[in-house]
Amino acid sequence: MLRQVAGLLDVEDGAIALSGDSEDDASISTQALYAGHLDAVKAPLTVRENVDFWADFYGSSKGHVQRALDGFGLGRLSTLPADVLSAGQKKRLGLARLLIADRPLWLLDEPTVSLDTASIKVLGVLMAAHLARGGLILAATHVDLGIEGARQLEFGGRGA
Amino acid sequence: MTWSIHTFASPTRFMAFSSIVLPYVWAAAIAFIAVGMYLALFVSPADYQQGESVRMMYIHVPTAWLSQFGFGLMAFASAIALVFRHPLADVAAKSAAPIGAAFTFLALVTGALWGKPMWGTYWVWDARLTSVLVLFFLYLGYMAIWATIEDPNRAARVAAVLALVGAVNLPIIRFSVDWWNTLHQPASVFRLDGPTIHPSLLWPLLIGAIGFTLFFIAVHLVRMRAEILRRRVRTLQMQRAAT
Amino acid sequence: MMAFLALITREVRLAVRVGGGGGMAVFFFLITISIVPLGIGPDLNLLSRIAPGMLWVALLLSALLTLDRLFQGDQEDGTLDHLLMGTMPLELIVLAKGIAHWLTTGVPLIVAAPVLGLLLNLPIEGMGPMMFAMSVGSPALSLLGAVGAALAVGVKRGGLLISLLVLPFYVPVLIFGVSATRAALIAVPGDMEGRSLMLLGAVTLTSFVVGPVAGAAALRANVN
Repeated sequence: MLRQVAGLLDVEDGAIALSGDSEDDASISTQALYAGHLDAVKAPLTVRENVDFWADFYGSSKGHVQRALDGFGLGRLSTLPADVLSAGQKKRLGLARLLIADRPLWLLDEPTVSLDTASIKVLGVLMAAHLARGGLILAATHVDLGIEGARQLEFGGRGA
Repeated sequence: MTWSIHTFASPTRFMAFSSIVLPYVWAAAIAFIAVGMYLALFVSPADYQQGESVRMMYIHVPTAWLSQFGFGLMAFASAIALVFRHPLADVAAKSAAPIGAAFTFLALVTGALWGKPMWGTYWVWDARLTSVLVLFFLYLGYMAIWATIEDPNRAARVAAVLALVGAVNLPIIRFSVDWWNTLHQPASVFRLDGPTIHPSLLWPLLIGAIGFTLFFIAVHLVRMRAEILRRRVRTLQMQRAAT
Repeated sequence: MMAFLALITREVRLAVRVGGGGGMAVFFFLITISIVPLGIGPDLNLLSRIAPGMLWVALLLSALLTLDRLFQGDQEDGTLDHLLMGTMPLELIVLAKGIAHWLTTGVPLIVAAPVLGLLLNLPIEGMGPMMFAMSVGSPALSLLGAVGAALAVGVKRGGLLISLLVLPFYVPVLIFGVSATRAALIAVPGDMEGRSLMLLGAVTLTSFVVGPVAGAAALRANVN
């Protein structure tokens, strides 16, 4: 379902719209950031090169790059090639994309997989900050991220 | 202390050993090449048929010898790597390949430059040149394995197998190319090592060949050191990521 | 614009750092050309007559080699999802990838071509015109190839499929390219070289439009 909201999967029946959207607003895809199971990390590039690319791709400033690296504790690792990173570090690098661009909607698919408890706490803090700025998060997770006021949507009998 | 092959296995020992030995190898290489080239270019006589262009032989022949030498070295190191699992063996094989490939390429180019005045064309598909070209392919294939397989241990094993298969197949390929050549070229082509070479030509050739071989060894040691250092950097990076 | 250049830069960087890119294509080019005389004999006169055609055929086949990684890697690690969600149109993404492919595969092949021409006894005066014609025609190989790569993304044995899909589209490039190259060597009535080059240029310019548009459509068809 997250992929459908992201515009990556066709919707067979019905439609998805952001409330508050007017006719000429950009599609949901361009207002959302998606973090799925795959990290989209390029192993031959350094950590910083990975992040720099996404900053250029989303048209963000260099300040965003530093913010993304620091936000997930990757500053110390920034000159290392991405293939020496552990699974958890790669996940953090993938999640760092959330801080690269200022997009209102975050779509997170099991974001805590491979993360240690400290990193999960960091993620929770960043998510809360995003909500406090007026952002919206749609997350599929088994872990209680400790977000206040989170609404839960359970899919019956599907083990989602 | 019992001596075993693993006594010499330590990269650290190799780094120490090579740093002591290298300057002498370089010095000897430069000396032999300088003497050999001086004799080749200024002292030895020009050929009565080819004139000055015969001097290309003094570079072409050693590079051709070294292209074979390089492959033999690679195959030998690969065998050690596969059979004895000597840790430096795959470093030795990997490091030798580009040098051997470069000498093969030089052999082809000097052969082409020598061929223009001799046969009137830069390239001719005779048995010798064709075989060297095929050898060049084997080198490139070996290097391609190291370039494309990401896990260095796997790459080492796969490359070692290729080197040995190459060594076994090289005589077969060489034979088939000779056979093809006799089918297509009944006319005889200039043979380099036909009648005995006059001593005034032989000495510059041998001295130059020794010089080039020492040069090969020196560059090989440098490359091996570089590879060991590269692996150390990688280990350090992995440690950095883990802390 | 920044995003477009950043994508090209990244693709080139990845191709250079990961083995198996343009270098392999040049190696393949070399081997393909080298086995021709082993098959048909070393008669230099015969070889020089077939050299233009053989070089172009081998160029086409070599350009195909690196196409299957064009989108596959991004699909496997999830990058494709993010590229689709950016503000850059998918057509421009395909164009950027095509240009990067040309830079890392096409250009090395063009540089290697004269050396291989020597192996086939191509006359020296033909090498400049051949390189020029290849420069005009090879971007089409990358851009049309991108369509094939997009069609076959996610397919096992995709490389073979891409070759089959794309080679028919390469036929005009081959025909006009060889015609231009041979016309530079043999006196042919009419300005055959010029005409062939213009037609070749037209094919390339068309591919700059067809490639990105069709490639984007193919990617969308495959992703959803």
